[in-house]
Amino acid sequence: MAVKTLTINGEQYSAQEGESVLSVCRQNKIPIPTLCHLEGLSTVGACRLCLVQIEGIPKLLPACTTKVEEGMVITTSNQKLDKYRRMIVALLASEGNHVCAVCVANNHCELQDLAYEVGLVRVRYPYLFPKKSLDATHKEYVMDHNRCVLCTRCVRVCDEVEGAHVWDVAGRGIDCEIVTGLDYSWGSSQTCTECGKCVMVCPTGALFEKGVTVSEMEKKKDFLKYIITARQKREWVAFTNE
Amino acid sequence: MSDTIQKPRVATAWLGGCSGCHMSFLDLDERLIELADKVQLVYSPIADVKEFPKDVDVTLVEGAVTNDENEEMAHIIRRRSKYVISFGDCATTGNVTAMRNRFGNAELIDRAYKELADLCNSVPNDHTFLASLREQAIPLHHLIRVDAFLHGCPPTPDEIWFAISELLQGRIPVFKTQFLRYG
Repeated sequence: MAVKTLTINGEQYSAQEGESVLSVCRQNKIPIPTLCHLEGLSTVGACRLCLVQIEGIPKLLPACTTKVEEGMVITTSNQKLDKYRRMIVALLASEGNHVCAVCVANNHCELQDLAYEVGLVRVRYPYLFPKKSLDATHKEYVMDHNRCVLCTRCVRVCDEVEGAHVWDVAGRGIDCEIVTGLDYSWGSSQTCTECGKCVMVCPTGALFEKGVTVSEMEKKKDFLKYIITARQKREWVAFTNE
Repeated sequence: MSDTIQKPRVATAWLGGCSGCHMSFLDLDERLIELADKVQLVYSPIADVKEFPKDVDVTLVEGAVTNDENEEMAHIIRRRSKYVISFGDCATTGNVTAMRNRFGNAELIDRAYKELADLCNSVPNDHTFLASLREQAIPLHHLIRVDAFLHGCPPTPDEIWFAISELLQGRIPVFKTQFLRYG
């Protein structure tokens, strides 16, 4: 496979053809915040947190969906990018009902970590306080739409790894929501295998195990790395791409 | 006396919150003695002062703006304080206080005074002494200008001490690094 050379933040790097900008950055320990991205799942470029600036391209491009090219000159962090990232996290915070103090995922939450990473001291936008529902019909797990950031990791892991495709996305714009089946209750789903992969990949406290209380829901995502290598290489080891 | 007058004039206020931030403030423990030497506490729920005084240097405000009384108080605090600090998550994000925003006020009052009451389950008919609820509880900086944000539910005594120490040295505390946290 051809090797591509490129410049990131003024330094020279080499990468494999077909690799994403994000993958090169992760391998070289260049920090780029992400939310919808999860190694082992397909890439959707939905959250826009990994936007980078590439010389010669007028718009910002997501690092996760952009493939490396010979001679690319990339900037991963500057005042403009940092500001946009802070705006994205502020918008996510304002359009849901994220109350860290009473959340099962408090201190184990990727949205919370992102707020710290981008330096979100306060949200200037009006909070929408949307009327979202909670589905506790499943015997093992709960889906709280108040805390959902629509990253679609649950949709992808269920479809791509478990092969059940219980979850999907319905509605448009501000009415967009994750649904079970054709918007039935989760408990009545005939396709859910109760494997819990969706719960583990969820970055916030939107999906959690029944019985946990504030700060108790820790997500363990390592299983994904093992499953992916097991399928690709027939070896039960974790992949070490990152 | 002249010594007392020159000390920075500090106030703390309690809007729509549970007073947990003030409890955490009291958890400064022996540091409170040191603080008493350095500042003059001119207004606070833990001091018996009826009216918010003029010419305050720093005011720590706990709680979200949830009723008309809070709203009026917030404006007074802003007018009379050099620096206003959002004290804790309710003042900064709305937090638990704002969880009621998804319900209407009528529904909320019925729930509090009728459904969950053990005795006399009825809405008090004399409203004159009760502050009336805003349509929504909002963070303090959505109503008035705020100079710094002290996070946490509640902020820890160490975080409070850091904020006060910075302010006493004439610096606006920056919580971007070690003390930026929610929940």
